[in-house]
Amino acid sequence: MSAQERKRRERFIHFLQAAIFVIVFGLWELGARYGAIDTFFFSQPSTFLARAWQWLAIPGTQLGGRSIYQHLSVTLSEMLGSFVLGVAFGITLGLMLGRSDFWARVFNPYIQVLNALPRLVLAPIFVLMFGIDERSKIALGFTMVFFIVFFNAYHGVRQVDRNIINNARMLGAGERELARHVLIPSALTWILSSLHTSVGFALVGAVVGEYLAAAQGIGWVISQAQGNFDSAGVYAGMLVLCVVVIIVEMGVTWLERRLVRWAPQADELFAG
Amino acid sequence: MSRSSGGPAVEFDAVSLSFGAYVAIHDVSFSIPQGQFVALVGPTGSGKTSILNLVAGLAQPAAGAVRTSGDSVNGVNRSAAYMFQQDALLPWKTALENVVLGPLLRGAARPEAAREAARWLDLVGLRGLEHRYPIQLSGGQRKRVAMAQALINRLPLLLMDEPFSALDVQTRALMENELLELWQNSSATVLFVTHDLEEAIALSDRVILFSAGPGTRIKSDYPVHLPRPRNVSEARFMPGFEDLYRQIWSDLKQEVMTSYERSRAKA
Repeated sequence: MSAQERKRRERFIHFLQAAIFVIVFGLWELGARYGAIDTFFFSQPSTFLARAWQWLAIPGTQLGGRSIYQHLSVTLSEMLGSFVLGVAFGITLGLMLGRSDFWARVFNPYIQVLNALPRLVLAPIFVLMFGIDERSKIALGFTMVFFIVFFNAYHGVRQVDRNIINNARMLGAGERELARHVLIPSALTWILSSLHTSVGFALVGAVVGEYLAAAQGIGWVISQAQGNFDSAGVYAGMLVLCVVVIIVEMGVTWLERRLVRWAPQADELFAG
Repeated sequence: MSRSSGGPAVEFDAVSLSFGAYVAIHDVSFSIPQGQFVALVGPTGSGKTSILNLVAGLAQPAAGAVRTSGDSVNGVNRSAAYMFQQDALLPWKTALENVVLGPLLRGAARPEAAREAARWLDLVGLRGLEHRYPIQLSGGQRKRVAMAQALINRLPLLLMDEPFSALDVQTRALMENELLELWQNSSATVLFVTHDLEEAIALSDRVILFSAGPGTRIKSDYPVHLPRPRNVSEARFMPGFEDLYRQIWSDLKQEVMTSYERSRAKA
């Protein structure tokens, strides 16, 4: 395929992507307008787009005494907090157990059980423990991010090629240098490939936590809208979340490209 | 280069090695003087790699003693460089970072180590490719990086496990000549595992032939009296090459047949 053909094909793909958006939202709008779709449940694109626009672009719009940006910054800081903590603990414990067969076997059943436990059932306990502020959301997100990063770090350490370890040893690496030059870089590739998933879970932890019990944040905005039978508010909240997720995803992809330039470029489609 | 302690460069004293019930090497003794280039030859599964691993300290003998320069090998052998059969470059480091690693781990300052690494990459013909990652290099280029990585530490002992077996014939001859040149300018002792008899004779001062496994022993031990410096691709036309080749091949053929029969009986 020539460069020009590829470009044309690329443009066609973008065109189809836009077309799908227009068709789905167009049909939704028309259906809502002519009574085929019940706006009580499904709202109407023109209504919730206008609502989101009002939140985002008209200064002075308040939701429970705060602007949408203040709510967003609360949600994002919870997400960031649980992400950073989850990654830090996940990597540390993953590397430790990855290096020690003995302790890996000791902890194995507990890790399996905790991982199998649906993390959402912990949310009420975190609310009791930490109250309804950010900390309970960070705790909830942490329990989700931690396990993903932990398992990836663990496998990353486990799956290092023996030859590479032996080579580093022969070149003069002790235990600490081995971790720095071989084990952590190897684990990092696994961790980075799971970054999309773990960032997503950090956001889930924040939003669901807010939805269950909070006084601010996007999850709270959605929950308030729901409580008022305001489906336009629910969809507008979802829309704002979607935009945030897309921006975060772009950041993660950028980070991944920067950090694993040495690896063969994986098929990015549906990577996760 | 440390040649301080006396004794032969490598000494095996009644060494046996087993993996569980499987006896890989049985009662092997030999001695290699400093500076010799020795080829280790034998059929597949004859434990040649195990011999290198024992010298490297990556494997421990079940019985007997392995000594290098008079010292018992205990843990990773700090006086040996090892060029592995499979790719063992660190894939997340560039060619330069791979080569610089050895000196850095042995306490060199970064600027000097980087200069030295660049010089070695130049020596093995990789100038301009210093900042490529292994994935961006060809198989031959990766072997060159591995060679620079192994040689830069200037260790008295160089272990090579079929380093060129995956290369095409031309690249291989080139690299063999480069290796000989680099070796002649050093005083290193080389243990070179191969199952290519021609390569073994063309490169080495001595060919040690191992019997078919399990329970590998030394089958025979031939000196190679071809003049140096040698050109590997012309060595086979030197007088004496043919006779030596035929002699070693008749020994090797028996072992190869034995090995083949055993593996077929198992299958």
